Amino acid sequence: MDLAIKLIVLLPLLAAAIAGLFCRVIGDRPAQIVTCAALLIAAALSILVFVTIGFGHEKMFVVPIASWINSGTLEVAWSLRVDTLTAVMLIVVTGVSSMVHVYSVGYMAEDPSIPRFMAYLSLFTFFMLMLVTSDNLVQLFFGWEGVGLASYLLIGFWYDRPSANAAAIKAFVVNRVGDFGFALGIFAVWMLSGSVGFDDIFAKAPQMAAGHFMFLGKQVPALETACLLLFVGAMGKSAQLGLHTWLPDAMEGPTPVSALIHAATMVTAGVFMVCRLSPLFEMAPLASSVVTLVGAATAFFAATIGLTQFDIKRVVAYSTCSQLGYMFFAAGVGAYSAAMFHLMTHAFFKALLFLGSGSVINCLHHEQDMRQMGGVKEKAPQTFILMWIGTLALSGIGVPFIMGHGVGFAGFYSKDAILEAAYGAHSTVGEIAYWLGVIGAFMTAFYSTRLMFLTFYGTYRGDHHTWDHAHESPPVMLIPLYVLAAGALLAGAVAAGWFVGEDWEHFWGTAIAVKATEHIIHAMHEVDTWVKLLPLVAAVSGIALSYYYYVVNPEMPAKTIRAFKPLYTLFYNKWYFDELYDAMFVQPALAIGRVFWKKGDGATIDGLGPDGIAARANDIAGVLSRFQSGYLYHYAFVMLIGVAALVSYFMLFVR
Amino acid sequence: MVIGLEHYLTVAGVLFTLGILGIFLNRKNVIVILMCVELMLLAVNINLVAFSVYQGNVTGQVFAMLVLTVAAAEAAIGLAILVVYFRNRGTVEVEDINAMKG
Repeated sequence: MDLAIKLIVLLPLLAAAIAGLFCRVIGDRPAQIVTCAALLIAAALSILVFVTIGFGHEKMFVVPIASWINSGTLEVAWSLRVDTLTAVMLIVVTGVSSMVHVYSVGYMAEDPSIPRFMAYLSLFTFFMLMLVTSDNLVQLFFGWEGVGLASYLLIGFWYDRPSANAAAIKAFVVNRVGDFGFALGIFAVWMLSGSVGFDDIFAKAPQMAAGHFMFLGKQVPALETACLLLFVGAMGKSAQLGLHTWLPDAMEGPTPVSALIHAATMVTAGVFMVCRLSPLFEMAPLASSVVTLVGAATAFFAATIGLTQFDIKRVVAYSTCSQLGYMFFAAGVGAYSAAMFHLMTHAFFKALLFLGSGSVINCLHHEQDMRQMGGVKEKAPQTFILMWIGTLALSGIGVPFIMGHGVGFAGFYSKDAILEAAYGAHSTVGEIAYWLGVIGAFMTAFYSTRLMFLTFYGTYRGDHHTWDHAHESPPVMLIPLYVLAAGALLAGAVAAGWFVGEDWEHFWGTAIAVKATEHIIHAMHEVDTWVKLLPLVAAVSGIALSYYYYVVNPEMPAKTIRAFKPLYTLFYNKWYFDELYDAMFVQPALAIGRVFWKKGDGATIDGLGPDGIAARANDIAGVLSRFQSGYLYHYAFVMLIGVAALVSYFMLFVR
Repeated sequence: MVIGLEHYLTVAGVLFTLGILGIFLNRKNVIVILMCVELMLLAVNINLVAFSVYQGNVTGQVFAMLVLTVAAAEAAIGLAILVVYFRNRGTVEVEDINAMKG
């Protein structure tokens, strides 16, 4: 078991090293084989680990690897901690990652630097696995920064595109804001508990909850502050409202990257972190309320933007942002198991949607604008069906009341669980989250089916040269889609019982905060029937409205836009967040930079400092050099004067 | 009139001054500078021989022979340099020779 866990984490690193360092020696095909094989093995081992931990009696394995930092009372070790929470993440990360690796073989077939791409993907997977298997906050931070690095490298993979470089830098800089909060949170936790290991922290959580900080002469509750700071980190990584601006831009990266990093795994790291630290958040009601509110606001806000976008990948990106909001408000009300459940199902259907979009983009020769699409189902029938599965799973479609709790796509179980939990929490923030979530579910269904109708139905609107060359994707791209589609179809029905159903106690063990989970799962089963039905009604009406707007009566969107012009403009321009940040942070930063450049560097250092002194020396040398006329008789004359002066001196003063 | 040491020294001094002035006042030709240098060396030689005779010591005359040899060598090398210089630059004008300028 220990060996399996080590292999899962280290195989991707090994593959990345082989593909990345020896890419010139081994060539494209071996690089693809090595990375794909490593990931497929890791995925198979992950299933083994998942089954052993989820259904066995031993609920936690800790595999120590090496000591890392040992300074005074601070002790940090490299060790891999695998409990149910990690096992779920292992399935998600290695499962989606291996599928994306295989898909990339087809999608990136014509790219000139395939080994580099595969190496980055594997490196990302390694860091993500380090993140989820970490035993302490510092190792978690290591993985956290590592996935940020891999994300930066992959967004800017096509480094000859200025927009890709800008997006990569934006993602990195925005994440710095979150990581700053996260680092402060780790410092705070260490200061309060004297340890960074999870077990020690959780054991001291009740003491920490009673403690206080002194900050600016005021007493602030210690644990609440620490949790809020940690949540800032989660907000950055998971693109929550305020720090979300990098995620849509990150779509500049290749589509497999969007599927792996910016939909299924890295962006869910924030949710994972909150669930991992659930024993702390459980004791911090204020911080949890903030988590709920931010999550609910993001779920609503991102969905409104998704309604109006035309870039196929951006629609899915805003959808991701919105779904992450759902996970956060679930975690905020204490339904950590529901959050993890949605995280898992979302990873499958969102990766499916992204890879499906990639398939469409590939089919239409790198066209991403949905206004230039239409009728693609004729050319790509398999992608069409697979995308429908993803869309219905995202919308949360299912049939209630049959076979116990109903049967449906993966999102049907997980989204309902989240909304029930939000309502069942019986708190103000919970109710706000519930209603925003229901509206969000309506909009989710609308924009995701809008994507389907605009892309696959109607007649083609682009140029006919592209249409003639449009083709279904090769099997190497379709097989991963089928695997993910199976996940999107079945993950909910299979796993609902383990995650939020009757078996939760045995399944989760002590991996998440037990008391809060028990309370919320109990409350979820208590809520009224209409609470359970409303999300489904919202989703179905969203799909119906979308069908009416984009298939039955295509005049309607334009009419609606005219009727709600200001609102549409606001949504279409993403609530002007980019413009706001540009005016608030980017332009002042540029102005300060310009002052330092012109005044500080140009005027002071170059004018007065070393360069100034050098320039004066040069000037004086210029004056002196004029004595060197080059005429022989001048030199001779000077010699003569010298001799005359010397002789005079000796004659007059030396006797 | 007896021609004494002072007469020789006066002639030598005049010749030497002529040489110096020739170097400084000459603005035309490098060959003239070379000739002036020769003139100064000859002035020195006159001094050496005059003192040698005056003191009855032959060393000065031997040294004068040495200076003459050096002067001949110097003239040969100097003229050779000038010829090469003229071939390269097409001129031996003093005004134009200022490659050592700073």
